[in-house]
Amino acid sequence: MSMKTNDISRRDFLKAAGAGTIVTAAAFAGCKPRNAVSAEGGELGEIPTDQMTMRTNPHTGDVVSLLGYGCMRWPLRKNAEGQDEIDQEKVNELTDYAIAHGVNYFDTAPVYIRGWSETATGIALKRHPRDKFFVATKASGGPHTLENGIAMYRRSLAALQVDYLDYYLLHNVGSSIESFRARFIDNGLLDFFIAERKAGRIRNLGWSFHGEKEVFDYVLAYNDIQWDFCQIQLNYQDWQYPIGAAIEAKYLYDELVKKNVPVVIMEPLLGGRLARVPAQALAMMNGMHPGDTAAKWAFRYAGTPEKVLTVLSGMVYMEHLQENLRTFAPLTPMNDQEYAVLDDVSDILAGAEYIQCTTCEYCMPCPYGLDIPQTFAHYNKCVSAGQVMESSDDENYKQARRAFLVGYDRSVPRLRQAARCTECKQCRPKCPQNIDIPAEMRRVDAYAEKLRRKLEF
Amino acid sequence: MLRKIRIAVAWVVFAAALLLVLDLTGALHGWLGWVARVQLVPAILAGNLIALVVVGVLTLLFGRVYCSVLCPLGIAQDGISWLSGRRKGKKARFSYTKPMSWLRYGLLTIFVVALVVGIGAVVSLLDPWGIFGRTASNLLAPLWGWGNNALAWVAERADSYAFHSREVWVRSWIVLSVTAATFALIAVLAWRRGRTWCTKVCPVGTLLGLLSLAAPFRIRFDKSACTHCGVCEKKCKSGCIDSKTQTIDRTRCVVCFDCLDSCNFGAIKYGACGSKRGGSAKEAPDGGAPERTSDKKGVSRRNFLAIAGAIAVANTVKAQQLKVDGGLAEIEDKKRPVRKNPITPPGSKDARNMKQHCVACQLCVTACPNGVLVSSSRLATLMQPEMTFERGYCRPECVECSEVCPAGAIERISPADKSAISVGNANYIADNCVVGRDNLPCTACERHCPTKAITLVPRDPADPKSLKIPAIDNTLCIGCGACEYHCPARPFAAIYVEGNVTHHSL
Repeated sequence: MSMKTNDISRRDFLKAAGAGTIVTAAAFAGCKPRNAVSAEGGELGEIPTDQMTMRTNPHTGDVVSLLGYGCMRWPLRKNAEGQDEIDQEKVNELTDYAIAHGVNYFDTAPVYIRGWSETATGIALKRHPRDKFFVATKASGGPHTLENGIAMYRRSLAALQVDYLDYYLLHNVGSSIESFRARFIDNGLLDFFIAERKAGRIRNLGWSFHGEKEVFDYVLAYNDIQWDFCQIQLNYQDWQYPIGAAIEAKYLYDELVKKNVPVVIMEPLLGGRLARVPAQALAMMNGMHPGDTAAKWAFRYAGTPEKVLTVLSGMVYMEHLQENLRTFAPLTPMNDQEYAVLDDVSDILAGAEYIQCTTCEYCMPCPYGLDIPQTFAHYNKCVSAGQVMESSDDENYKQARRAFLVGYDRSVPRLRQAARCTECKQCRPKCPQNIDIPAEMRRVDAYAEKLRRKLEF
Repeated sequence: MLRKIRIAVAWVVFAAALLLVLDLTGALHGWLGWVARVQLVPAILAGNLIALVVVGVLTLLFGRVYCSVLCPLGIAQDGISWLSGRRKGKKARFSYTKPMSWLRYGLLTIFVVALVVGIGAVVSLLDPWGIFGRTASNLLAPLWGWGNNALAWVAERADSYAFHSREVWVRSWIVLSVTAATFALIAVLAWRRGRTWCTKVCPVGTLLGLLSLAAPFRIRFDKSACTHCGVCEKKCKSGCIDSKTQTIDRTRCVVCFDCLDSCNFGAIKYGACGSKRGGSAKEAPDGGAPERTSDKKGVSRRNFLAIAGAIAVANTVKAQQLKVDGGLAEIEDKKRPVRKNPITPPGSKDARNMKQHCVACQLCVTACPNGVLVSSSRLATLMQPEMTFERGYCRPECVECSEVCPAGAIERISPADKSAISVGNANYIADNCVVGRDNLPCTACERHCPTKAITLVPRDPADPKSLKIPAIDNTLCIGCGACEYHCPARPFAAIYVEGNVTHHSL
C-alpha cells in the first residue's frame, strides 16, 4: 500500500511540474525504436543500454553502476485471500529491464518488505548469470546470539540463491556504541563475518549508518578494520544542514574518503520527499532546467561526488526505473550554479513543516495497528501541496481542510490514524531518522482535530 | 387541474422528505427540516403549535389533503399504486370498500392511549412519519450510501475531494426487520388496493378523517348529472365512493381529485357548500385486518457485529511477525458493552422525555455523522435512538441530531450547550486496560477527554514512577464517549460510559 501512495505522490509532483506527459512518453519510449515526442513538443530520447555511469570499487575492482536498485519497495499485489504478496512477475520484469540497461547493484535485507524482499530478489536474479550483478544484503536486528546471527546470514544466502554475497552490511549501525558492541562484537559475529570475507563468501564487508557521530567515528576506526564500503544517507538536504537528528552527510562522506572507503548512498530522495518539493522550490529548479524533475536534481546531487560507488533507489514502477535510467545513463555531474539553486531549495525545505519520515517502515508493525508511515506520508504530501495551513484565515482554508481530512481517510483507515496512538513508545527506538513518532502523531492528530472542529487558529 | 397541482406538491414534499433523511452532508437539514416538523404526530409530541394549526386548519377547510400532499408515506403509496396500475394496464381498478370502522377507530383509540401513557413502541409502529423515516433510513439510505461511495471511488481516482466515502452499516437488525415487514405489508396493500393502509389502519388518517367531516370544501355528487356509470368509483384508490348510492365517505377521502377528472358527465364536483351528509358508516362484519409483526424476541446484538466484522475484515491484514519491517497489526472489532442505562443524545433531557416524544423515525440515527446513534433493541424504547461508541464518539462540534428531531425528543442545542450537558459517566475497568494487560504506558483516554475529566495517576500509589492509569472526575465527565472510543483495549474497552437517566449540566 505504501508503495502505491508513493507512486501517486510522484505523479502529483510531475503534474505540478507540467510534465505529466513525460511519464507516459517514458513508458513507451523504452520499447520503441524511434524517439517518442511528448505532447509539449520536447523530445525524450530512447533509454540507452550502454551509457550507464559506472564507478570502480578500489578494493575488489568491481565496476558498479551508479544507479543501484533498492529492494525495500518491490511492487505488491493482493492474493486471492485479499492479502498482500510480492508481485513476482513485475519484480522479474523490473530486474530484467534494469540489468539490460546497465544496473548491476541490488540491495536488500532480511527484514525488508515484511521479510519477503530477499526471496523475491533472489528469484529475479537467479534468472541472470551470476557475474552480471552484485547483490548486497545485511545483518539486521539483534542483538542475536552468534548462532542466530550466523543462521540469519545463511538464510540470506539461501533466500538469494547464491553461494557468495558481493556486499554484506552490518545493518543500521549508529544508535549507540553499546548497541553496536552488543550486536556484533560481544557475540563474536563480526569476527565470523571477517572470516567469511577471508573465505571469499563475503566479497565486501561494510555497514549502513543512521545515528550518532561518535558511533560513526567509533565503528569506522574500530580495530583498524579496512571496511570495503559504507552506506550513508546523503542528499542535498542532509549535506550541510540536516533537519532533525541526522548528522551532516558532508562530514560522513569526508571521513569515509579519508579512510578510502567507497560510499553507497541511501535516501537520495529522503523517502520521496525531495521528489515532491513545494511549488516555490520547483519553480526555481524549473527556472534552470525546464522539464527536469525534482527527483532528477536530487539523484544528480547524490551521484556527483567521485567516491560514491552507487546511489540506491527503490523503484516500484517501470516509470520510476525509466526516469532514473535517463538520469544515470549517463549522469551529468552538478555544476556550481546548480549547487547554488539547491542551497536555496533546501532553505525552503528546512522552513517547511515536514515530518522527517522516509517511509522505511522500520517502526512497523505498530502493536496497536496504526499505520505510522502512511499517516506521516499523508501529512507531508499535504505540506508539499500547501494544504497544511498556518492559520484558519488562510485564503484556501475550506478547500485545504477538505483535502486534508478526506485525503486522510482515504490514505489511512480511521482505526489506523494518529488519534489511535496510545503513546506506548514502542516505535520510538526503531526509527532510523530518530523521529519522536508519538509526538509527531500527536501533532498530526491535533492538526486534524483542529480542522474537524473548525477551530480558529 | 387540481389533480395536477396535488401531484406537483406531493412530488416536492416527497423529494424534500427523502432528501432530509438521506442527506449525508448535513447541509440540507436546515432547509428541509420543515417537512418533518409539519408531520402531525411529531408536531403533537413536540407541542409545535404552528404545525398543528396549519394541519388543523387545512383539514377543517379542505379535508384530508394532508394525506395526499404532506404525508410522505401516503405519497409513496400513491406512487406504488400508480406503478401497479401501469403494470396491470388498468388504471381504473378500484371499487367501494367497507369502512371497517371498528378497526380504524379501535387502532386510533389504542394509539391515543399509547401516546398519552407513553408506550413508545406502539406509537412508533403506527405513526406514518416514523414508518416513512425508518423505511427511508433502513432500506434506501444504504443504497444512497453505496451510490455515494461509488462516486467517492471515482473521485479518488480523479484526484478530487468532492465525495467522501462513508461506511454503510446496519444500526439494528431488529429495526431493519420490523421496517422491512411494515414496508412490505404497506407496499402490498398499496399495490393491490391503493390507500388501504391510510383508510383502514393509519390512526393519523382516521383522526384527520373525523376532522374533515367539518370541511366546507369537499367532493360531492351532482346527482342530476350522474349516470351511475361507476367510473369514479373505479378510480378511487381510497375506496370511498359508492356510485350506486352516490355517496362519498369523507372520513376516508384523501382529496386526491382522481375522481374529478374521471367523470365524463361533470357529475363530480369540488367546492364549498353546506354540509349535507356525513360519512356513510356501514358496519362491516368481515374482519381480517392485517397486523404488523413486531417480534420482540431478544435478537442478539452480536448479529450486527457480524456484519460490521465482515466489513472491517477487508481492512485488516494478518498480524505480522514482529521482527520484520512493515505490515499492519490486526485490529479486533470493538464490542458493545452492556449498559444498564441507555445513553440518549444531548438535548433529550432525560430518558422519559425521549421515550415519550420519539416516534422512532430514525432521522437522527441517519443524520449522525459519527456513527454514534443506533436504534435501541430494548422493549421499552424499541427503535428509539441511543448512543454507543464503537465507531465514533459524540464529537464536540456536532449537534446534528438535535437539529433534525421533529418531535421534541431531542431539543435543539448549540455546541456550547452540549459541552456542558452530561449524558453519562465514564467507568474504568482495570482488567481490560492495556496498562495492565500489555504492561505498556497508554494515554489515550486522558488525551482525548474534551473536559479534562480524566487524569493519569500511578498504578501503584507507593511508586510514583509506575505506569499510569486513569482516574475519572465524575463531576466533569459529559459522557461523550471519546475515552471509550479511543481506548485501545479490544474487544471491550477498558473505560466505558454508563448513561445518566436524567441529563444534567456541569
